[in-house]
Amino acid sequence: MTSKLNEKQLVDSPPLTNARGNHDEITDDLFVAAPLNLALQEEISKPSVSFWQEAFHRLFRNKGAVISLVVLLLLVIVALVGPSMNEHTYRSQNIAHSNMPPKVSGLEWLGFDGKNSKGIDVYETQAVEENYWFGTDEFGRDIWTRVWKGTQISLFIALVAAALDLVIGVVYGGISSFYGGRVDNFMQRIIEVLVGIPNLIVIILFILILEPGIRSIILAMVITGWVGMARVVRGQVLQLKGQEFVLASQTLGASNARLIWKHLMPNVMGPIIVTVMFTIPTAIFFEAFLSFIGLGLQAPLASLGVLIEDGYKSMRFFSYKLIFPAFVISAIMICFNLLADGLRDAMDPKMKR
Amino acid sequence: MKKNEELLVVSDLKKHFPVGKKSSLKAVDGISFTIKKGETLGLVGESGCGKSTVGRVITQIYQPSSGEVLFNNDSVHGRISGAAKKEKKRSMQMIFQDPYSSLNPRMTVMEIISEGLIIHSPGLGRKERESKVNELLELVGLNKKHAQRFPHEFSGGQRQRIGIARALAVEPEFIVADEPIAALDVSIQAQIVNLLKKLQDEKELTYLFIAHDLSMVKYISDRIAVMYLGKIMEITESETLYEKPLHPYTRALLSAIPIPDPDMERSREQIILTGDVPSPIDLPSGCRFRTRCPNVMGVCSEIEPQFLEVESNHFVSCHLYDEQVMSREDAVPLYDEKVSTYQTV
Repeated sequence: MTSKLNEKQLVDSPPLTNARGNHDEITDDLFVAAPLNLALQEEISKPSVSFWQEAFHRLFRNKGAVISLVVLLLLVIVALVGPSMNEHTYRSQNIAHSNMPPKVSGLEWLGFDGKNSKGIDVYETQAVEENYWFGTDEFGRDIWTRVWKGTQISLFIALVAAALDLVIGVVYGGISSFYGGRVDNFMQRIIEVLVGIPNLIVIILFILILEPGIRSIILAMVITGWVGMARVVRGQVLQLKGQEFVLASQTLGASNARLIWKHLMPNVMGPIIVTVMFTIPTAIFFEAFLSFIGLGLQAPLASLGVLIEDGYKSMRFFSYKLIFPAFVISAIMICFNLLADGLRDAMDPKMKR
Repeated sequence: MKKNEELLVVSDLKKHFPVGKKSSLKAVDGISFTIKKGETLGLVGESGCGKSTVGRVITQIYQPSSGEVLFNNDSVHGRISGAAKKEKKRSMQMIFQDPYSSLNPRMTVMEIISEGLIIHSPGLGRKERESKVNELLELVGLNKKHAQRFPHEFSGGQRQRIGIARALAVEPEFIVADEPIAALDVSIQAQIVNLLKKLQDEKELTYLFIAHDLSMVKYISDRIAVMYLGKIMEITESETLYEKPLHPYTRALLSAIPIPDPDMERSREQIILTGDVPSPIDLPSGCRFRTRCPNVMGVCSEIEPQFLEVESNHFVSCHLYDEQVMSREDAVPLYDEKVSTYQTV
């Protein structure tokens, strides 16, 4: 705008053409104020992005998180489809085919060649027609089916435990911090008592009393697991409650329901999601740990922990029994942690490093 | 509009926050003032003296420990019905200090401004609400297109305008402006203050303007109240306060305003208060300013000064202007030197 005006003047008025060559002659009255368009000045040209759009944008720029997300999706799909990819079920035994090494036609060079630790092709010597992709265990159960069935069960336990943690933690932490004062004081003392008891002891006692099984494992993990979520929510709500936008809503006469659902919840959502994402791998690991020490699921039910425990016993001669479930559980844990890290960075860039 | 009608009467308002079992923090410790319709009362004082608490008690964010607030001759805090309470909330709004935390980061400008409309006129349709928000945006000098944007896309001054629009959405009569300019650049400060003045003329608003910037307060206020540690020390017309400050604390405050002339600035006399503000949990006996007062007398630690009308419309809370107290034997200055420098001011 300015440059156009000046050019026009340069051409029109003779003293200006002189001034072009001689800089000393530029005087104040040669300058014309650029027209100020207030409407244009206040305009924002950048497209409007909401918090979630921006968070996802940041998340998708994080390579580790994206790869983790893809790997996790693949693992979940295989866990769902895998057990029905051959005719074996996770509990069908075939003693004649016990301890078969893994064999996949075409992948022999990768070690899936059906040879045992002595280098003998067991499939040839026993004249087994079909291939067991991940081999079989001592009862002749197909490890491929059992690994994916186990992944299913482990993920199920973790997701249910995380969901229960989420519900209990958010409600408990929310009530505690929103009402504050004596209520908060009382509820926090309960939490402190729970935290004070080592949770492994609580869980072991719990499982000893209840029948070992999926339900009791979930219950045992939830009974202490929600404390972390409750604390995160409480901290966040306490911080938000003092913010002026909450006070502003109060001066407008907003109801408690409105304050909670419109102002507090949307702002606590980020930390809640991140906490859930960190809870899931912890729950998977804890389930595996319980199974490993013999407090988990009972045979023939499979979970990753049960499979690792079985494989560990015969690790020296039939290492494939350990390697496959161990690989899957490691992949799940790493991916969930990387994804949770990415989510945290995406939702709260200030927290990054 | 009848200018001399009293819109807001605050009488002996106290707000004590419990600290531990026995002690309490006396944020506001018995203050009384009135605000007339269409008037702006400036409330100044240093950080932590209870200015914001006064505003928050008046707008019912806090319940007072004792005392009363009358708005249009109705008690604000007593037991009142839900509808009346809602109406009170509507007619008193607040503009906040920090434009960065006073807007919900997850809501669009449209949602932020229309919140009051949703609460107070639920009958309004979506279209009507949107047109009202657009009107408000233009009123505060923002663009209609800004309605769908999020707070983080705006500058401090723009955010403060959004905050003002939010307060105006419910058509209040009275607005508490809680340091609305403290977090802004000087050039933007002037814009916001001028906007507030313009809105006051257009909408016949009454303001309680809380600030610690004395020159800005003088510009916008009709009357000014000076607060120290939960009490009002002096209250008068803003012109009188600047020309003839009576309370030693007011004098010290005014002497701290820099003069935009280097020569005068160098030669001007400044009253520098010594010491720190005492804790509002453990207040000094007698006059609460006596620990820092250059004119402190023996009597000051014994009797708490009364809030007296020394001249017409000029109230001050200091023994120096109370003849009854000054006739006592112990009404003798403790520090001679300081008083002498004082009288030359």
